Amino acid sequence: MDFAAVIVIQVLYAIASLALISVGLAVIFGMMRVINFAHGEFLMMGGYTVILSTHAGINRWVSMLVLAPLVVGLVGMLVEWLIIRHLYGRVIETVLATWGLSLFLMGLATVTVGFYQEGILPPFGPVRIGAYKEGGYTFFVIGVTALILIGVYALMRYTWFGLIARGTMQNADMAAALGTDTRKVYALTFGFGAALSGLAGAIMAPISGVVPVVGMTYIAKAFITVISGGATVLAGTVSAAGLLGLVNQAVTFVTTPVIGEVALLASAIMLLRILPTGITGRFFRRGL
Amino acid sequence: MRPSANQAGLLAATAAALVLLVVPPLAFEVFTLVNATIYLIMATLALSLALVWGFGGILCLGQSMFYGLGAYAYAVTVLNTGESTLPILLGVALPVAFAAVLGYFMFWGRVSDVYLAVITLTVSLILFHLINSTAGDQYRIGEAPLGGYNGLPGLPPINWPGDPDRPISFEGMYLLAAAVLVATYFGLRWLLHSHFGRVTVAIRENEARAGLLGYDVHRHKLWVLMIGAGIAGLAGVLSVSWGSFVGPNVFSIVFTAQIIVWILVGGLGTLIGPIVGAVAIQFLIAWLGEAKIADTNLVLGGLFVLFVLLVPKGLVPMLAERLRPWAARRFPELAEPGGGDPL
Amino acid sequence: MTIKRRDFLKTSLSGAAALSAGSLVWPRVSEAADTIRVGGMHNLTGPFQAFGTNKLRCVQLALEEINKAGGLLGKQVELVGYDAQADNKLYAQYAQQLGLRDKVVTVFGGLTSSSREVVRPIFKRTRTLYFYNMPYEGGVCDRNIFCTGTTPGQLLANLIPHMVKKHGKKIYVLAADYNFGQISAKWTKKIAQEHGAQVIQVDYFPLDVNQFGPTISKIQAAKPDFIVNTFVGPAHGAFYGQWAAAGMNKEIPIASQTFGEAGEHLRMPTELSDGITVCYSYVDEIDLPTNAAFLGRFRAKFGDKYGYLGDLAVSSYLGVLIWAKGVKKAGSTDRDKVIAALESGVSIDGPNGKITVQPETHHCVFDMYLAQMKNRKFDILQTFKQVTPTNPQGVCNLIKNPQTNKQFEPKI
Repeated sequence: MDFAAVIVIQVLYAIASLALISVGLAVIFGMMRVINFAHGEFLMMGGYTVILSTHAGINRWVSMLVLAPLVVGLVGMLVEWLIIRHLYGRVIETVLATWGLSLFLMGLATVTVGFYQEGILPPFGPVRIGAYKEGGYTFFVIGVTALILIGVYALMRYTWFGLIARGTMQNADMAAALGTDTRKVYALTFGFGAALSGLAGAIMAPISGVVPVVGMTYIAKAFITVISGGATVLAGTVSAAGLLGLVNQAVTFVTTPVIGEVALLASAIMLLRILPTGITGRFFRRGL
Repeated sequence: MRPSANQAGLLAATAAALVLLVVPPLAFEVFTLVNATIYLIMATLALSLALVWGFGGILCLGQSMFYGLGAYAYAVTVLNTGESTLPILLGVALPVAFAAVLGYFMFWGRVSDVYLAVITLTVSLILFHLINSTAGDQYRIGEAPLGGYNGLPGLPPINWPGDPDRPISFEGMYLLAAAVLVATYFGLRWLLHSHFGRVTVAIRENEARAGLLGYDVHRHKLWVLMIGAGIAGLAGVLSVSWGSFVGPNVFSIVFTAQIIVWILVGGLGTLIGPIVGAVAIQFLIAWLGEAKIADTNLVLGGLFVLFVLLVPKGLVPMLAERLRPWAARRFPELAEPGGGDPL
Repeated sequence: MTIKRRDFLKTSLSGAAALSAGSLVWPRVSEAADTIRVGGMHNLTGPFQAFGTNKLRCVQLALEEINKAGGLLGKQVELVGYDAQADNKLYAQYAQQLGLRDKVVTVFGGLTSSSREVVRPIFKRTRTLYFYNMPYEGGVCDRNIFCTGTTPGQLLANLIPHMVKKHGKKIYVLAADYNFGQISAKWTKKIAQEHGAQVIQVDYFPLDVNQFGPTISKIQAAKPDFIVNTFVGPAHGAFYGQWAAAGMNKEIPIASQTFGEAGEHLRMPTELSDGITVCYSYVDEIDLPTNAAFLGRFRAKFGDKYGYLGDLAVSSYLGVLIWAKGVKKAGSTDRDKVIAALESGVSIDGPNGKITVQPETHHCVFDMYLAQMKNRKFDILQTFKQVTPTNPQGVCNLIKNPQTNKQFEPKI
């Protein structure tokens, strides 16, 4: 019985962490059809921000929940201004540009912070579940991810920015004709997506550790989750993360982490075969 | 009859091919040939994706999987048979068969552009994860342990057909790689000028229209993918013969992304471009490791970003654009309406 | 604006192309005959950069010491170094370069076993003496190579009995999923059996796995007396944080074959690493005057911010010293003469005590140090003198069978 509870919690954690690392990429891809291969490095930068500022004395919650997204969001806007802005509509070139950016940021982290930077401990001690102990931080991740997703939904649905962003996403020309500065919207949205990625990286930092190449472990899964989810940002990410995370963790429990990974990948393939434009290509299409 | 720009290009390519085949074995020392061989093999791999993506419009993000399947097929078979002819055939046949299954799965399922790219990437990653965890003894095919993360080292090179005691020499390996590259280039050139090639490009430009005009779009794309897979598989076989090893990172995201980068740097939609891109970037990476001026990722990444901003279409199209007005002035009789082909 | 950009690009690209084509075509001429050239291939970029940088520094320090003392055979020694960027294709290319073009007399390098197995046949073909300076899974039997790293038997032979005596007989093994982890797991099972203990479970983890939640739950269910792990790389490093988050670091002790070798304990909070037990041929904390002197020289040359050395890096230092001793004894850098000299019984005094080259196996006999981590430092609990390397079934004998050329695996 306890073990069943542990499995359920681990599955929820897998879903939550998958959704968490993907939502930033989903915003950018869903809004601007930009495939940001530097997404993993935004996560890495969020991780380093929380670590470095916590060690510099700033309260760790402030570092994690405020500073990290702020810093990475600003970096995102800088990236958008310097690079992405020139490449809208040119999908192929954004691939090369963001891949180059990914390498550049990895190299930059290597020569500045390096591989020896001390990390931070996961806050909260263990939580007892019957005969087992689970890290308290696991529950935190699940909870905070849910809050973030609700927050993004609220932002998109109920705020002025969300309205403008959605309008620009649906029909950029029309929005421009109605007086929206689409360039500013794109810049803010890219920054927003980057901020979400930074936040995700900061939240994952205590448990996964941060090294300059940590982005590589996230990018494939995030990419697959976002595309399997389809064009709708939130519904897509949540449904894809739900399905893939469930498969991944359930199979891992029964077999090994490797088979669990393979199961996740295979499910994504089956999903795309059955629903060739992602989950929200068919379902929840009119959602957010 | 006046020669066309196309024929001039063909003449130039033929001359370059002859130079490539004849000059180096006479002029350069063994080490240079050995070094050049792997660049030629990578160029062949680049050509395979050039066909599939540049001309077929199929963004196969996992092209390295065909290369990897070819390499592993050769490796496993040669350890079992000891002689290399059958392994070479299997090294080409397995990727083609795999492409047939994958293509059927994707194209008849009407999966396209970015979603197709994700499927191909995912399949490559699945292969990576599977092969990566075959380190235990129980994972062997006949005499060949799959080796997991460490791969299969110490593999024998290609030998003269039927004679396992006469392995190919370094010079021979160079000539083989050069010959395969030349044959692939001219073969693809011919293919793309044929009816098949024109339909391929038509499908790339507008799939719905091509379908409505009566062409069997799915089957056509399947053929393109299979041909590309065969070329990539052959490149995989050659690379194993060159380096005597194969490992699971042939299926990794890093390697498959490199192929994409070669094509983008060289010029998507051309044949010469990917060759140039592959050689240039491989060379740059090796040189950076030698020169040790700065962190390789830093330099490479920065270069790519600058490249995209300054030379967005790729090296070869940019050079072609620059040279066209000069050529038109110099050789007015070659001027062709419409600009000529980019091959 | 556009034209200027294109012009700049065209000229710089063609200039770069010409320069590089030149270096591809013209062979690098060997320097004048008054230096001895040795080669180095290390991972200075990429995920294993933490390992490569210090190894290179150790090689450089050793060469500097040799040169300051007058060089070898009256000549200065020069290093031709490459950054292989953890890419086996580049290892192959650079190995060919070192052997065919740069014509070095010996090469120090290779990190993972896969990189070693890629370059080993190349150096055999180019007749270049090769030193592999890494702790690894053992079993390589090849006349052209000398291995100055420890093999699992040397570690585990003393680590496992200590843990069994102190904690109990039920062992849970967490292994990295490649041949080093697989073979080490086999050795662990064998040595455990010899001491009346039992390995109840072995779990394998590919090098990019960084989520261990289900595993930790499984361990809690199995209730072992202690854990043995062979975790390698930054992804596996995430285990310790997750382990501590579940409170397990206070419940089940860990013995590790690899912990600390990349200096990962320097960037972990102490709660995560305290208590982990290891057994290495070298730790920075060794209290010998030779070690204090060595570290002093290292810091003088490279400063204080080098992280941690460990036996991973110092094996490279020892490799160079052993080779130098062989050259001096042979009176020549000729490969066969140096091999013969090294096979005649060579010892050196290093920062970690006496190191002896074993003639039949071309591996080294070390003093082994059993240590436990406390407050980011290894407390040395016990020293074992002159532990011999693993030689599976004693099958490797290069004196009797110099033509042997393979890697033996233990049949357990």
